[in-house]
Amino acid sequence: MTYPEKVRKYLKNCTVGIAGCGGLGSTCAVNLARAGVGKLIIADFDIVTRENLERQYYFLDQVNKLKVHALRDNILSIDPTITVRAFDLKLCSSDVIELFAGCDVIVEAFDKAEMKQMIIESVVNHLPGKPLICGIGLAGIGRTDMLKVQRSGNLIICGDQMSEVTEDNPLTAPRVGIVSNMEANEVMEILMSKFDNQE
Amino acid sequence: MKILLNNRKETIEPDNITVSELLKLKNFTWKMLVIKINGKVIKRHEYDLLKINEGDDVAVIHLITGG
Repeated sequence: MTYPEKVRKYLKNCTVGIAGCGGLGSTCAVNLARAGVGKLIIADFDIVTRENLERQYYFLDQVNKLKVHALRDNILSIDPTITVRAFDLKLCSSDVIELFAGCDVIVEAFDKAEMKQMIIESVVNHLPGKPLICGIGLAGIGRTDMLKVQRSGNLIICGDQMSEVTEDNPLTAPRVGIVSNMEANEVMEILMSKFDNQE
Repeated sequence: MKILLNNRKETIEPDNITVSELLKLKNFTWKMLVIKINGKVIKRHEYDLLKINEGDDVAVIHLITGG
């Protein structure tokens, strides 16, 4: 096998969990799918609204559908061989542990700070050694150079850790998109760090 | 004492301060934080009692809504 073939085969067997399918999760999932990750576990309780189309990876004909179903459809229209397990669920700590224990990497893509806190505590304290990538601080426009990565063992935080969502500092597609792709890029780095070219 | 704070070596005076005291000393005033010490997330109710020790690896993360 050539190197690209080996990489493709390896990534096909990797599993990534994505907690939340809004602006961060939908874009992150789609780009992991395009990059060749073969198994995705996605969870969200919400439906697609017209307003979501401003920055989330959905389309007009998907308004009112469950986000997990719409996202699964979008991933499968890119690559029908990807395995997508979709959970229509507002995740609690025990769900996180149960659903994502078998994943190679977990992506935090929630909206609410309380949910971000919940998943960080759950994964760090109950799934030790499991890589968790979070997106924190991404509202507004510009200030691209403020977006950074903080690493603490298996916990990785992408974002500026500063920008709050306010009326005059809303979430926008470009800045949310950058952070969701920072998360996807960190996932790829972790997955590829375990790739063995000799196998 | 010497600790690692957000991956930077820091010398903290005095020794053996609590998590709350460290946050105050280093000016972490954000309303929602996650504190991770040596690989464990610390619960908020422990901040006033739990002491930081020499050599501890401390990460302070801001929590902000948006995603």
